[in-house]
Amino acid sequence: MSVLWPAIRFAVNGEIREVYAPPMKRLLDVLREDLHLTGTKEGCGEGECGSCSVRMNGELVNSCLIPVLQAEGAKIQTVEGLAMNGKLHPMQEAFLQCGGAQCGICTPGMLMAAAQLLATNPHPNLAEIREGLAGNLCRCTGFMRIFESVVIAAADDSAAIAPEEARHAR
Amino acid sequence: MRGNAEVHDLIAPGSMASVLELLAAEPGKWTPIAGGTELMVAFSAGRLNAPRLVSLWGIRDLRFIETRGDAIAIGAATTFLDLRRDSAIASDFPLLTRAASWIGSIANQSRATLGGNLVNGSPAADSSPALLAYDAEVETISVRGRRRIPYSEFHTGYKRNVLAPDELLYAIHLPLRFAGHKQYLRKVGTRRAMAIAKVALGATAIFEKGVIREIRLGAASLAPYPMRLNQTEKALLGQKPSPETAHAARHALFAEVKPIDDIRSTAEYRRRVAANLLDEFLLELQREGSGA
Repeated sequence: MSVLWPAIRFAVNGEIREVYAPPMKRLLDVLREDLHLTGTKEGCGEGECGSCSVRMNGELVNSCLIPVLQAEGAKIQTVEGLAMNGKLHPMQEAFLQCGGAQCGICTPGMLMAAAQLLATNPHPNLAEIREGLAGNLCRCTGFMRIFESVVIAAADDSAAIAPEEARHAR
Repeated sequence: MRGNAEVHDLIAPGSMASVLELLAAEPGKWTPIAGGTELMVAFSAGRLNAPRLVSLWGIRDLRFIETRGDAIAIGAATTFLDLRRDSAIASDFPLLTRAASWIGSIANQSRATLGGNLVNGSPAADSSPALLAYDAEVETISVRGRRRIPYSEFHTGYKRNVLAPDELLYAIHLPLRFAGHKQYLRKVGTRRAMAIAKVALGATAIFEKGVIREIRLGAASLAPYPMRLNQTEKALLGQKPSPETAHAARHALFAEVKPIDDIRSTAEYRRRVAANLLDEFLLELQREGSGA
């Protein structure tokens, strides 16, 4: 590639990163290929399955639908940013406890959607959990265990604190 | 074929004025992109026909919800989550709050914009039936100035609209006079989230002293673009919501809609279900009155 792409800067999991990429490159591809954060998965590539979900500036987004230029200056959180100091996030613990992960492709997106839900609504009822995860498809069809995982995590007040906010609090 | 990021240019001038100057300098050369929930799907699939794109994301002048006199103005780059979280929209235009909650998923609603929904011009656009029922106006902007037109005249054909190559959709205006109207919105799709409407109907009406004094019907997936059902409205206006009136309205509806067979449904299903939705609305109107 002979072109020199402009620098695009944003924070990922609390760390400032700088990438040189075509401005239309999908945030998903920048995370996986340029930053080697392969926890974020590609499923459908059209915003239907939620596998590529990350949090950006406090909102849940599909990273396959974001041209990286639009992430300039953003605070991004990927599944790699959920665990802190070697300790799993309560949502991850709950998925482990309830068998919320099967083949694993949807799991990072499910975790991010669930973390977003608890950050905006710390004690969701089942209908709210279903709505919060409605954009995330599990091809193993393990939805009941996933919903159960979120119910368990929601009982733990520390689960509602997203790592990004927790870092600032310390 | 996957999209190749290297063959598309994307710039983010950061202000509405700069975007408008760019569109004026090279009309038709630049494709505006807001939240990307439509254009990035085309890009990923390798079918985005837009060599040069200009970003509207993050431009504050295009993202607002404000009461201005006797209307609420919504900036074109307002997201569906913005709409869902707004208490004025929830109390004065509840159909729009509901429509916003039906757009894709939370991750889509955080990026998809009201203006994008309209400019994209899908016949199935989720926000359109509510906007048509609320008699919305749209405001466009360019370096030449602004103009306002009824939303019902915005779409001119399948994925076509009145915007000139140097214009942006700027705002959507909703008149604050529907509090006393009976309001109705129903979308029929395969599931609640993520599904594109097989058919949707939005309606507002005033039912007074036994007759329908005012009525507006907005439909999706029944024509090449979201449409006001003018003839059906005429069949109902000034009438009692009796079985005879419902029958006449059904015929007017059958005559004016032009649904198609596609991967999501059939023309026949869409026609019948649209008529059933209208019946449901008329029954609710008769039973509950306009409310308020």
